[in-house]
Amino acid sequence: MAIKKFAVAAYDDEDVLFPAVSKVRHSGYKIHDIYTPFAVHGLDEAMGLKTTDLHIAGFIYGLCGTSTAVGFISWIYTSDWPINYGGKPHFALPAWVPITFELTVLFAAVGMTLTMCYLNQIMPGVKKHVFHPRQSDDMFVMAIELNNHTSEEAVLAFLRSTGAKEVNVQVAESGWWYGRWDKKEPYEALNPG
Amino acid sequence: MNDRFEIPSRLRNTSLILICLGVAALIGGIATLLMSHDDVARARFWAVLLHDSVFFTLISTVSIFIMAATSLAHGGWITAYRRVTEAIGANVWIFATISGIILLMIVFTFRDAHGVNTIYKWVTEAEPGKDKVLFGKKAFLNPGMFVGFTIAALGLWSFFGRKFRAMSIAQESAPKNDTKIFWKVFRMSGLFLLVYALTQMSTVPWLWIMSVQPHWYSTLFSWYTFASAFVSGMSLILLWVVYLKNQGNLELVTKEHMHDLGKFMFAFSVFWTYLWFSQYMLIWYANIPDETVYFKLRQQGPYSIIFYSNFIINFVMPILILMARPSKRNYFTLTFMAMVIIFGHWLDYYQMIMPGVLGEHWHINWYEIGIFMGFVGILIFAVSRTLTQSSLVPNNNLFLKETVIHIS
Repeated sequence: MAIKKFAVAAYDDEDVLFPAVSKVRHSGYKIHDIYTPFAVHGLDEAMGLKTTDLHIAGFIYGLCGTSTAVGFISWIYTSDWPINYGGKPHFALPAWVPITFELTVLFAAVGMTLTMCYLNQIMPGVKKHVFHPRQSDDMFVMAIELNNHTSEEAVLAFLRSTGAKEVNVQVAESGWWYGRWDKKEPYEALNPG
Repeated sequence: MNDRFEIPSRLRNTSLILICLGVAALIGGIATLLMSHDDVARARFWAVLLHDSVFFTLISTVSIFIMAATSLAHGGWITAYRRVTEAIGANVWIFATISGIILLMIVFTFRDAHGVNTIYKWVTEAEPGKDKVLFGKKAFLNPGMFVGFTIAALGLWSFFGRKFRAMSIAQESAPKNDTKIFWKVFRMSGLFLLVYALTQMSTVPWLWIMSVQPHWYSTLFSWYTFASAFVSGMSLILLWVVYLKNQGNLELVTKEHMHDLGKFMFAFSVFWTYLWFSQYMLIWYANIPDETVYFKLRQQGPYSIIFYSNFIINFVMPILILMARPSKRNYFTLTFMAMVIIFGHWLDYYQMIMPGVLGEHWHINWYEIGIFMGFVGILIFAVSRTLTQSSLVPNNNLFLKETVIHIS
């Protein structure tokens, strides 16, 4: 990921946030993300986010689990080490269904969890920049990506006009990185004060 | 808002034609099957009536169950189409009366040439000299027990079905935001779930359906029949909701509500398979002749086509077609799958009952289809009549706002 420059606006009311999101999008700014203390219904539509494809990944992981289970068990019991269990056929599909089901669920669950972590760039043990300390408390924080051609003053003035309580510009790593919370962030020098 | 439902003449005519076909099939059945000297034909006459009346009673009762369950959980999303579930529930008494008559007729009047009740063998054979196993089960499997449970279950279901509707209508004239009736519905829901657990979910399918093969038993059989009835009952509700939306009613029902109904159809198809498989795998694995006799006829005998199509229609099709989110938000796939699921579980009930009665001589023919159409006609006629009698939007329901803003 890259170190980028962000304009950050903190709102204290979701009723102010929704019109602000619409204004920001209409003005052509690119919203990096919005951080809210709780799940706000309808915000994903307001931000124009696409429906996630995570469930398709989950289906594929599930199929991998099914085929792993059926393939592995059938290889063991029909060719590698066939054992007669109570006169049942070697290819005893009904007896394998519980294991197959469990492996399907396990693959789908673990795979989807890891994929979700990757998509959201979060993981236990990795760091992520926090734009505002109150974004998990009572503030709705919107981060807008800036580039070299954007006028910072104009953006901040615009954000203030949409009802933001606090605005500032931050230089931050947009993704995740390894490290510990008690260690200084690598780009701290870029954000004096 | 278009909250009144007028029965379109097309729907009324369809239902009347279906009822006429059902009556014609019944008369034809009496003439050719009941009057014949062939014991199998006479057994078929009664067994088909038993199959259809029990199936329609159980899938209508599901509407009361879903109302009670959501009321108890303070679930508001159902409110948008609650009148549909109420209308189906309020008409349970019709199917209850029909199946009550048929069940009691089978127990008390049906005998073959040798004086044996070939549908419920425990009625006549539970004597020490005749059938020791059935004699051992006589404490539970006897006509007194059967009649008691049947009348209690059917009577209570009919009562609760009408009561839920009456309470909901009374809420309309209650003062705004009055919670008196709300808590009454809450208490009645708890009571109904207790009744339902002691009837549909445990005793009644043992007596009505499992005792057709009285030597064989399975403890989870009632759960299995409940799952079967529940998923087809939800499909039935969905068909009514789609029909009313096509007529321009039920404007409060959005794709979000349809999505949730689709989720119920999907999830409980899987639940049904889970129970079906739990029953099958344990019997297959233990391989005890007392138990495998149930699947011998069904899986390897003449019923194998029904056995496998049952699995494909009720598990493979729902899981593949209803898994994706867009298909649960699409009216066509939902309607199609609802019809497929109702037909599939009708077949499921068929293969629960018929092998024990008819042995190898099964037919799905004019008689089976005619009786099924007759019951569908009764259902359409009765439910549509009840739907016209009140506003389709429960305007004074305390959960109305919750259902409007519902997001699945």
